[in-house]
Amino acid sequence: MQKIEELMYKRASEMLESGEVDRVIAWKKGETCYDVSPATFTKDNLEGFVYDAFCGANLSKYLVEESKKGGKILVFLKPCDTYSFNQLLSEHRIKRENVYVIGIECQGKIDANKLQKKGIDGILSVEEKGDKLTVKTLYGDKEIAFEEALSVKCETCKSKEFAVSDETIVLNEMRDNREKRFEAVERLEKMTEEERYAFWQAELSKCIRCNACRNVCPACTCTHCVFDNDKSGIAGKANADSFEEKLFHIIRSYHVAGRCTDCGECSRVCPQNIPLHLINRKYIKDMNEFYGEYQAGAAVTALNPIVDFTKEDVEAATVVGGKK
Amino acid sequence: MIKIKVSLLDDLYKKIAETYPLYLPVEVAGEVNYGKYNSDSKVRLDVLKTVKSPKDAFFPQSENLVKFKVDGQKIEVIDVREEAKPFVVMGVRACDYKAFDVLDRVFLVDPLDTYYQTKREAGIVITAACGRPDETCFCTVFGIDPTDPKGDVTTWLVDGYLYWRANTAKGEELTKAVSSLAEETDGKAVDKQKEEVKKILKKLPNADIKPEVFDENMLDLFHDKKWQKLSEACLGCGTCTFVCPTCQCFDIKEFITNDGVNRFRCWDSCMYKDFTKTAGGQPRPTQMQRFRQRFMHKLVYYPKNNGGLYSCVGCGRCVKKCPQHLNIVKVIKAFGGDDNE
Repeated sequence: MQKIEELMYKRASEMLESGEVDRVIAWKKGETCYDVSPATFTKDNLEGFVYDAFCGANLSKYLVEESKKGGKILVFLKPCDTYSFNQLLSEHRIKRENVYVIGIECQGKIDANKLQKKGIDGILSVEEKGDKLTVKTLYGDKEIAFEEALSVKCETCKSKEFAVSDETIVLNEMRDNREKRFEAVERLEKMTEEERYAFWQAELSKCIRCNACRNVCPACTCTHCVFDNDKSGIAGKANADSFEEKLFHIIRSYHVAGRCTDCGECSRVCPQNIPLHLINRKYIKDMNEFYGEYQAGAAVTALNPIVDFTKEDVEAATVVGGKK
Repeated sequence: MIKIKVSLLDDLYKKIAETYPLYLPVEVAGEVNYGKYNSDSKVRLDVLKTVKSPKDAFFPQSENLVKFKVDGQKIEVIDVREEAKPFVVMGVRACDYKAFDVLDRVFLVDPLDTYYQTKREAGIVITAACGRPDETCFCTVFGIDPTDPKGDVTTWLVDGYLYWRANTAKGEELTKAVSSLAEETDGKAVDKQKEEVKKILKKLPNADIKPEVFDENMLDLFHDKKWQKLSEACLGCGTCTFVCPTCQCFDIKEFITNDGVNRFRCWDSCMYKDFTKTAGGQPRPTQMQRFRQRFMHKLVYYPKNNGGLYSCVGCGRCVKKCPQHLNIVKVIKAFGGDDNE
């Protein structure tokens, strides 16, 4: 990744220098190895510019506000991020003419929380050596396979193709894990209704209504969310009872159905590690099976399976059977 | 000091739960948070940090305040407060225990918050010393000793035993209730653990940050240009505020029930767009202003009102949990409070 970072830095400096772009949206290094934040860089100030295995954050959504500010922006997008970008273009949320997209190589991103879950705590630094990670900790050096530390969203990486880009920086072949994409959904489908209810009950009972999933989601771009709107009748700052958090997540998932590109940011940011992406991934699987393969954000289009229909479409209830 | 074999901990929890509702770190769907003990609970005293802090025990995320029963023109006001019965909160870390002090100075001053007071007085707190600090920890910056927290009882988990020391009359009473499971000890193993942990504390990457950089020049700090840059990636979610043991802001809301109105309060977040919104509008219309409010409150306004006590206890939850890695350590360092520079 070091080489990729150097090439990215070079392009960012060149484009800022020549005036082709006014700002660069990329990642900035913080205090610890996993402390990486999205940031805007300008000419003469590329301090902290970084691209490493911790740059999991999807930068597409920042363009909604940034592209309105005027001036030209260079953004670096990983393959999965490009789908979100396209979807936002389809929804007229980003001014395309103001953005220059460089697609960048991604070999999967790792997650510090995952390291902790695997018993590695007191993390001071992480070094990549081939397919292994050496983690320096307060309690000595630990080794772990890169694969083991993959962020949940990368465990089932759906694609290493760029849905959109003006140029790309790719040196090595990128691998995806698309064959694993629906494994977890299939496991849930095989459960009995009671088991599935218990699974979601336990997962969603952890929700603290911090709204991180909603605020990070590139498909959630309403300027005034119904859950923040006192006039909507369903505004809620906290879960008044155990049913409310389910209501929030189900309504949100329905609202982004057909537009969710499965970027996995919802699960990446959840402080309680609720596998929120599985809700929409189930819808994606159903849409694929009932109406034919569809990937939101693969192209800029006005139509998605939820707002488009043909006379041949199946009635979902006749396929899965209604509850008697 | 007494000690209890780790293999007898289930008996200990049962014993306490016979007399008191018991809240302690339990694992649900892979994450550890405070929960009420029952025989099926997967207790995780070994986990350093629960996702949410134990502040829920005294200041729940949502809490009913009063109910109004409406019958035609008649409105009946129903006080939903119950008489407080003693309960036990176990496994509280030194940082989280110090956070109760921060909350007390908000809720136990005039006007007295009786909802909080009732629970605070009824609560018996068993603290847990830290045996394995994390890189995100920086409680020592605020003068906290994680190897010897206070509380009604202090416990240490060392070499297959839970060491137990009563600190107060309430603690003594609890000790009597569990004494059948315990054996006497000289506590040397505890001293050894304390020494080892203290060596680690010195190596913590954030052990030398200086929040004192926020002690002077309030207006200069307020108008500093750095806030813009520091907050630019902020999603405006409430993660930092909801995992924080000292955040104390709440909103009062109502919902309509079949026969009346239920008025409740719930945690609010200064990161939210509608925070402290009034008929006149939102006093902090930009995310930068809201972000600044959080840190100015913790490092400037609160200490100014409370004899210099910061309303951060260095638990490090925000350091680990912010989706975009913006946190109080970064803010303090950005304003020059980094001893390593």
